[in-house]
Amino acid sequence: MRVTIWGCRGSVPTPGPETVTYGGNTSCVEVSLDDGTIIVLDAGTGIRLLGFQLLDRGIRKIHLCLTHLHLDHLEGLRFFAPLWNERVELDIWGPPSQELSLGERIARAFSPPLFPVELRDVPAAVTFHDVPRGPWTIDRASLMAQFVVHPGPTVGYRIATESSSFAYIPDHEPALAGAIAEKSPDWISGASLASGVDALVHDAQYFEDEYEERIGWGHSSVADAVAFTHAVGAGRLVLFHHEPRHTDDLLEQLEDRARDLTNGNGGLSAMLAHEGMVIELP
Amino acid sequence: MPTAVVSSAPPVEERRHKHLVLILAREFASNLATPTLIADDQGMLVFYNEAAESVVGRQFAEVGEMPLEEWTESFDPRTLDSVPVSPERSPTRIALDQRRPAHEALRITSVDGVERDVAVTAFPLFAHADEFVGIVAIFWRE
Repeated sequence: MRVTIWGCRGSVPTPGPETVTYGGNTSCVEVSLDDGTIIVLDAGTGIRLLGFQLLDRGIRKIHLCLTHLHLDHLEGLRFFAPLWNERVELDIWGPPSQELSLGERIARAFSPPLFPVELRDVPAAVTFHDVPRGPWTIDRASLMAQFVVHPGPTVGYRIATESSSFAYIPDHEPALAGAIAEKSPDWISGASLASGVDALVHDAQYFEDEYEERIGWGHSSVADAVAFTHAVGAGRLVLFHHEPRHTDDLLEQLEDRARDLTNGNGGLSAMLAHEGMVIELP
Repeated sequence: MPTAVVSSAPPVEERRHKHLVLILAREFASNLATPTLIADDQGMLVFYNEAAESVVGRQFAEVGEMPLEEWTESFDPRTLDSVPVSPERSPTRIALDQRRPAHEALRITSVDGVERDVAVTAFPLFAHADEFVGIVAIFWRE
């Protein structure tokens, strides 16, 4: 399994000289398997460049798994080149809603006054799926999606092959349901998604003092991201959903803080996600 | 519906933490001064808050998870006229079985032997219209 980060910024794109190292594109992660299966996680602006590359690689079948429909996870879809190619089959998975189907909710982003072309007019063969309540498979990958603490219906994903496992929970505030360190994993939002995975991409938007002023906004402090990783026994934490105001320098301070917190935590490692980062899993 | 199902995918052992709705309900209850308990969709008592300890007479940590019915029976619930209340008439049972809200004034005997009059309001928790995940019961001291 190869995991590639195409966008790791939270909330809004942040182009500019102060974000060139870690990148300003919003959430998008590619998971590619040895058998050629492509699973794309979220459709933030990072998906735009990924789209061109997928077409160059001759990919014609793509699974897109959306965690939720906040704009920073959806806004790139309209500029995803495979969507505009009639030879492409695109399966879009996302959280169910009581009121409207996944397709109807996404179609809102493809309608006036937000966009000139209707979703029904895109050339690719698009199929929408509510994520199942239990595990399911895509080719040789096993997937699981579960609702997690974040405003509005939001899921995280676990993807596993025979030899490795990976979890993606980019927008997540588990501490809103109580201090993580004091709870058994049974009572921690997202715990079964990330339990024992080789690598976990997790929300770490804030320093601790910033989080205190943003409780309930749906994101985690770096300390809570580390505490969550420790509680679920994940091997490696990739700090994700970078706060838009955080420059490269500030992000490096956040990474230092994460490393301080992981010291003595049984070999747990933490690193910042950056655009172009590749995580090879066996 | 899932599409590309191929048998070569590794079998998935479904790991389950408590449903998100129960996790949030527990945190909500933890912050309430009103005695509140939570049971899951199988009728297992999974939590009651500190305020409920004064009604029950024991801390949740001492009791732990247990079938709600067993827990309820231990209080010998009866009407205010001391007529025994059958399990199926208890508000928690109605919320669990019939998945609708219910309310009843009851007399109970707590673990500490004290007789108490309480009103119980129980209501079902649905994560989705077709996904029942448990109940909340609130005890109002009379």
